[in-house]
Amino acid sequence: MLEVTNRILARHKKAPSSLIPVLQELQDEFRYLPKECLTTVAHALGISPATVYGVATFYAQFSLEPKGKYVIRVCDGTACHVRGSSPLYQAICRRLQLENGRATSANGLFTVETVACLGACVLAPVAMINDQVYGQLTPEAMNIILDELEKEDEARDRICNTAS
Amino acid sequence: MIASATQLAELGQRYSSALAGAAAQILVCAGPGCAASGSRRVFERVKEELHKRGSHVTVDYLLENGGSPCTGAVTLESGCQGFCQQGPLVRVEPAGVLYTKVRPEDVPELVDAVLEGAVVERLLYHEPETGRACPQEAEIPFYRTQVRIALENCGAIDPEDIRTYIARGGYQGLAKALAMDRTALVAEIKAAHLRGRGGGGFPTAAKWETAAAQEADEKYIICNGDEGDPGAFMDRSIMEGDPHSVLEGMLIAGYAVGAKEGYIYVRAEYPLAVKRLQKAVCDAREWGFLGQNILGSSFSFDISLKRGAGAFVCGEETALIASIEGQRGMPRPKPPFPAAAGLWGKPTVINNVETLANVPRILRRGADWFRKVGTEKSPGTKTFALAGDVANTGLVEVPMGLTLREIVYGIGGGLRSGSVLKAVQIGGPSGGCLPAELLDIPLDFDSLQSAGAMVGSGGLVVMSEKTCMVEVARFFMQFIQHESCGKCTFCREGTLQMLEILERITRGEGRLEDIDLLKELGQAIKQGSLCGLGKSAPNPVLSTLEYFHSEYVAHIVDKRCPAGVCTALRRYHIVPERCRGCSRCAKACPAGAISGTVGKPYTISQEKCVRCGACVENCKFQAIEVTA
Repeated sequence: MLEVTNRILARHKKAPSSLIPVLQELQDEFRYLPKECLTTVAHALGISPATVYGVATFYAQFSLEPKGKYVIRVCDGTACHVRGSSPLYQAICRRLQLENGRATSANGLFTVETVACLGACVLAPVAMINDQVYGQLTPEAMNIILDELEKEDEARDRICNTAS
Repeated sequence: MIASATQLAELGQRYSSALAGAAAQILVCAGPGCAASGSRRVFERVKEELHKRGSHVTVDYLLENGGSPCTGAVTLESGCQGFCQQGPLVRVEPAGVLYTKVRPEDVPELVDAVLEGAVVERLLYHEPETGRACPQEAEIPFYRTQVRIALENCGAIDPEDIRTYIARGGYQGLAKALAMDRTALVAEIKAAHLRGRGGGGFPTAAKWETAAAQEADEKYIICNGDEGDPGAFMDRSIMEGDPHSVLEGMLIAGYAVGAKEGYIYVRAEYPLAVKRLQKAVCDAREWGFLGQNILGSSFSFDISLKRGAGAFVCGEETALIASIEGQRGMPRPKPPFPAAAGLWGKPTVINNVETLANVPRILRRGADWFRKVGTEKSPGTKTFALAGDVANTGLVEVPMGLTLREIVYGIGGGLRSGSVLKAVQIGGPSGGCLPAELLDIPLDFDSLQSAGAMVGSGGLVVMSEKTCMVEVARFFMQFIQHESCGKCTFCREGTLQMLEILERITRGEGRLEDIDLLKELGQAIKQGSLCGLGKSAPNPVLSTLEYFHSEYVAHIVDKRCPAGVCTALRRYHIVPERCRGCSRCAKACPAGAISGTVGKPYTISQEKCVRCGACVENCKFQAIEVTA
């Protein structure tokens, strides 16, 4: 972890203005910001850990908790909202048995969040799973997509297990 | 490396005639809408089918060929062509034919037709009332009243190939600017009366003038690409579809104010825009449009990209500057305005993407030409993202001053079948909801302001009778409350209070005095907040209170949601005649509210029901009825 952090730091100027790009690369790498990395980043950029923590908790893109392998971002922009993004979001939460504000499924496969607007309003309601955009969704369509992702994942696990 | 304006002009000419040498250009739209409907596979198939027929030519080949006519066609992946509803779109030039809803299996027939100079009628857009096919893009009602300035190249070039930009006069606005005196350049933008397209409509030249007048060792140009308004995707389309126009606008601004460095701040949710801009910056450096002594002049300029990290408030200029500096994106009081003291305390011009995309075109064609479009006080055009319950959704660009009615009914083709127009939400969370009675209001900065809305960034969401306006107000308030940076007490605490009141109204627990309380809170937040986010935060609530007062009353007094949207006010019933007693609903119900015996009609306990709608989703016999 330290090695990755240092590798990322080496690519940037050692100045406070590098903080956000460094955190973005860490987030891309680990899918969250491990606490121990934040202190390393603070020292390297010459700012206090409190400032780093402040920035890390200010921006929605950063997460201090590990996220699932597939991050489902349900668009809740105006167009999606009026065309049924809330029922879609609730249906996903029900399917993944997410309760009491939990966002990541018990098996660590999926994280569900809402996002202000993905800019694909014409296809409302829209969701993005990792980098792939899905349009004109219904709870039923989402179920099929999640089924497939689960199957794919199981298949991959099987292959990996057999290989080892 | 292009070393002079003359060389650039010659190259533009050469590229344009070289591209014209192809029998046809097949432009497959790869905008966000079409991409999500599978345009990539269509593009691959076009290439494949052209290859099969030995008719595939590339831009490189055409350039070598020097413009002499050939029988092959070239295919390009373009940015957004606008009519997203009908995607994937394929445009054939120079014939000007637009094909809609093209699937990969349609491609062989389409390619044959293109090569034979024929038209595939079934893939054309058909006017819904008359069924008439529109072979020419210009005949389609969606495009008829549009005027493309900022989107001039969107959908007409390959955004990843700088040569296709140069072929359409790209960077010639810069060349013209560099030949001008800086004062004359600012005067030209002032004469065009270009106003900021990002929201407020502040005169662009005023920002430039202030920054130009400052004595400083460093000055900066920032392009604000942090398009965060829900329901808006115009800037995204420009950054993805015509990235060089943004760079060219920044270069001209840089020259005008004496800056050497620029930043483009792009929203985190737009990975493709980041990629395209990155490529555009690299190419521009390679071709000599960025770097030292641009086009043989003494002007030097370079651009870096900054990815946003997911904070709506960073669309506010001082918050955006704080974010580039590596801090939490929190606004600070103005003055000093960024044009006097911005990034790292230096004079900084911040312009929005669309504003910058207009700049090169104004330079190329002159301020007088620009002022002929639009209205006297708001010249030019405005792009809008048309979405919601309208028949034709998409990206549109219209002259300022066109009425909402012309956009919704003329371009948008009216409501989706069976729906009635209730409101048009314009300008996102800073804007307002205008009722059907105000459809004849001209869309320009000042008219909208006086109606309690604003152009904002240009999101235009059409709402039908199935939309609950109180719920819409709650939705925007929730958004704003979540995005408030927390600096100003009125915005931080006031929006939370407004949200709580709206939530209880949508739950049927509102009180009549809540309406006055909302108005009072709204006024206080407007006065007590530092930045535009807070100042405009109450707009959606205040405008719905003004135009849709009766809906609030229905929720509060009658405990009824006329649109049937507010879940807490809904009632779910099983229609015994339709229920087969299959028990699917009972199994799906998370609250255990549904009971009965298999084979006989089930019933829902209103006390236990949490109104999630899981039963409706799972019923195969449409036996569950929802009442408002």
